[in-house]
Amino acid sequence: MPEIKVESHPIDIVFRTERLPHIFCPGCGIGPATHAYAQAILESGIPKDRHACVSGIGCSARVPGYIDVDSYHTTHGRSIPFATAIAVVKPEMEVTVFSGDGDLFGIGGNHFIHAARRNVDINVICINNFNYGMTGGQAGPTLPLGARATTAPYGNTEPPFNLPYLAAACGAVFVARWTALHVRQLKDAILRAMQKKGFTFIEVLSPCPVGFGSPNDIGDAIEEVWLYRERCVVDHNACLPDLEIDLRRKDVPFVMGNFVDIEKEPYDPLAMMKKKGE
Amino acid sequence: MSAEERVLTGSHFLLGDIACAEGAMAAGCDFFGGYPITPSTEVAERLALRMPPVGAIFMQMEDELASMAALVGASLAGARAMSATSGPGFSLMMENIGMAAMMEVPCVVVNIQRGAPSTGLPTLVGQSDMMQCRWGSHGDYEIVAYSPSSPQECFDYVIKAFNTADRWRIPVFVMADELIGHMTERVVIPPADQIPRVERKRPRYKPGDESFLPFLAEDEDLVPPIVHAGEGYRVNYDSLTHDEKGYPATFPEPHDRLVRRLVDKIRLHTDQIIEYEEIFLDDAELAVVAYGSTARSARRAVNEARREGIRVGLLRLICVWPFPENKIRELSNQVKAFVVPELNLGQMSRETERFTCLPVIGVNHAGGVMMAPDPILDTIREVAKNA
Amino acid sequence: MAGVIVRQPLDRTKVRIPRGQLYIIPERCKGCRFCIDFCPRDVLVETSEMNAKGYHYPIVAEGKEDECIACQFCSILCPEFAIYTEEIVEEESVE
Repeated sequence: MPEIKVESHPIDIVFRTERLPHIFCPGCGIGPATHAYAQAILESGIPKDRHACVSGIGCSARVPGYIDVDSYHTTHGRSIPFATAIAVVKPEMEVTVFSGDGDLFGIGGNHFIHAARRNVDINVICINNFNYGMTGGQAGPTLPLGARATTAPYGNTEPPFNLPYLAAACGAVFVARWTALHVRQLKDAILRAMQKKGFTFIEVLSPCPVGFGSPNDIGDAIEEVWLYRERCVVDHNACLPDLEIDLRRKDVPFVMGNFVDIEKEPYDPLAMMKKKGE
Repeated sequence: MSAEERVLTGSHFLLGDIACAEGAMAAGCDFFGGYPITPSTEVAERLALRMPPVGAIFMQMEDELASMAALVGASLAGARAMSATSGPGFSLMMENIGMAAMMEVPCVVVNIQRGAPSTGLPTLVGQSDMMQCRWGSHGDYEIVAYSPSSPQECFDYVIKAFNTADRWRIPVFVMADELIGHMTERVVIPPADQIPRVERKRPRYKPGDESFLPFLAEDEDLVPPIVHAGEGYRVNYDSLTHDEKGYPATFPEPHDRLVRRLVDKIRLHTDQIIEYEEIFLDDAELAVVAYGSTARSARRAVNEARREGIRVGLLRLICVWPFPENKIRELSNQVKAFVVPELNLGQMSRETERFTCLPVIGVNHAGGVMMAPDPILDTIREVAKNA
Repeated sequence: MAGVIVRQPLDRTKVRIPRGQLYIIPERCKGCRFCIDFCPRDVLVETSEMNAKGYHYPIVAEGKEDECIACQFCSILCPEFAIYTEEIVEEESVE
């Protein structure tokens, strides 16, 4: 059967469709990641009214504005304490932070480590496109060594963060890394994160043809995605310190997986009061 | 009297900081997000003790940026939210104070001022954050700030701050100082049913009603009704400039419309907010304008000057922002000069100068010690002689 | 001699490869080619037509009309929510 042209998509139920199309570049990986998140919202069994989505500033941070839930587009780097407050004041809400690598780990790094340490019951989805995309492709804390960006025109001299390692070390109870290509596994990981009580973290490697691909001689988005297709391996039991992304060495794979899935008491500010009552 | 009760009705001998905390308890504060900083730490410590037994949430955040972000989040989840800080922490809070102003989120911040700038004089009094309180975050926005002159006023005006914040959907500041914060005085706490409480304006529209525009102010007061997380309205709150639906609208026309409303919300209704105390002003030829701990010394100086026959009066600012410009204009028709004593090198004196052509003489010190009545009295005598 | 079927699955007539109907929303497409390149059955191809923004959206390639297996990969992968499939449910045919 040939294709049928229509005007709406089954996932539209989760979106503020009057705001579509979104602002992301053709081939941007935020789109598939958002779709995986939206699909997870649908399948979570939690009604839209009980979801909250919080972000900072950046391309990825524009996502909550498109999702038909209580959404909060806050200040650069400060989405996590904002989300923490919603989660403790209204524990019945399913709070997800959907933001980018620069926002969460550059300016927002301090808040990430403390929320993970506390094991606050929020889900953090970090779209890692290796640069500050919204502002034109500046270097960020996840830019691979040697890669170029507008503020690193000769090549980056700073080693990047190994995000899953960082998250696990800070105390996250669920740590996963997928790419915008691995949408099914990503959706399943987000569902698992929503089910879990405690601080969950999912890194999503994403193509950014304009901010990252272009300065680094990657022709277009499809070429960047094929890079993931070729170099990604799935290993849920990988050793966390070895998860660094190294663009230069073709023999070093990008390791994907659900690396950490443990149980730990989630943060409760009134925990000591309840203990007293026992 | 059990610790489980929010309102410690009765007559107490309380530290100013503690009175601030008790004011928060009596006002029904549900969330405190703060960071310890001298000389406000006692506020946090008291609330850490008092909040959990009543089921309210106390969180020591990792810094003041997180504290202020948490305040906005907590308030949008429906809580009465507060923090307490001093100068350096206040500076860190500024960006998210702007977010509170932009998203129209009620919240209260107590600033127990100390010697400044920078780390300054952590344990000693100052009054030099007054202009920062008004203009500290970038952009045009309006706030309300109270300046208590006693622990009793710390209690009373923290309660009023919550009510003002909820009424107008703005961040409200209680600009105390280390002298008031670390002074112990009688504080009378009324019974719980006598604590005034103003509730936030809620929408007439039901969740799911397509015609509801969350940032459209249909009333004369320009305050839109507030919706909280989880109530079913599924609204977008944006730190970007936004339209009446809450969606980003980064264009000149909606931006100007929004910012004007944010500002007019307060500027057009200052008569409902401004508060001051007048002492001996009816026949005054000279007016002293003072606030906070300095107002106590100013009162003594004014009393002494009156005994010497000088016709001087005191305008004690209780609500410092919005500034009582009409009162200054009115007094300018009567007095010959203004004297503004403050523990900074000229902040509220500048504001006074804006609204009068008369001489405004400052009595200034950078902070670190209570301003005694003497320099104020000397200046009054000097000005009276030359007037 | 005719071919003799020696072994065959017992549920040979019951298990079907799903068939999918493709739906596209041409006006949403931004021409990234993710769906075209990653369809496991290479069902899609770029059309020579353009949408209002000037992008060539995907259509089912000639001869591939029965190849879609409704795996939904294009649906979730598309950054613009511009394409999806639905499984065609037919009456079971007896062979």
